[in-house]
Amino acid sequence: MTEQTQNKTLLEQDFTVEGGDFIHAGEVSSKIKTILKEIGIKQEVIRRTAIATYEAEMNVVCYADRAKFHLAITPDQLKIVIKDEGQGVKDIDLAMQEGYSTATDAIREMGFGAGMGLPNIKKNVDNLDITSVVGEGTRVEMVILT
Amino acid sequence: MTLGEMRDLLDAVSLVGDDCMNIEVRDAFAADLLSDVLAFATEGTLLITGITNPQVVRTAEMLELIGIVFVRGKKPDEEVIKLAQLKKVPLLSTRYIMFETCGRLYKGGLTGCVKRVGNDGTNTE
Repeated sequence: MTEQTQNKTLLEQDFTVEGGDFIHAGEVSSKIKTILKEIGIKQEVIRRTAIATYEAEMNVVCYADRAKFHLAITPDQLKIVIKDEGQGVKDIDLAMQEGYSTATDAIREMGFGAGMGLPNIKKNVDNLDITSVVGEGTRVEMVILT
Repeated sequence: MTLGEMRDLLDAVSLVGDDCMNIEVRDAFAADLLSDVLAFATEGTLLITGITNPQVVRTAEMLELIGIVFVRGKKPDEEVIKLAQLKKVPLLSTRYIMFETCGRLYKGGLTGCVKRVGNDGTNTE
């Protein structure tokens, strides 16, 4: 495959997720999963992407004010960039540690907030990049090779 | 074991998916922590849980689980049932506690979808 073909974007789409909206939490991940199915992405890749986007979406709903999810599909990879507005993450290395969590009781009662989200995203994607500014927001970029 | 046989074994009621009772269930995962379900449950497994919020159905959708058994007599509200209907996730509710539910299903031939987690607590064996 030539470099030009590899970089060609086949599909690009934006989605918005509102913080605190637990009723609709998961809808964006569901939409992304449907798109991937429709264009014939491998089942194993769809599964990993669905888990990673859902964990990321729950993070936005639990901790941020709102976020934009940008999905870009090229012939050899899926890239999802999530930019949220919110409190940000003070110490990303600490947040990546399994079991570390700042979740409230309400979040834990829903079955989340065990400090497993970011490690589980990392496990399911091929490349993960997180940057954050406290008081402004967080940017999460995840790449899954197809 | 089929979903229908499981329903009988657990004296459960079917809330969604009456027409799916002939589907074969291979194995199961039981937890009240959705983070753990997302980390460890495998595709096509059955989820046994006491969590009845919309996120449990979303989790089942993302992982393509075969269905959900709610234990301790718990039943989700109408919105969650509608979501499960839309996403075609069979839901059952049993009055047995989680331990008893798992025991009955294990005795009936179901196994865990994974045996145990790895040393680092993330991967499964």
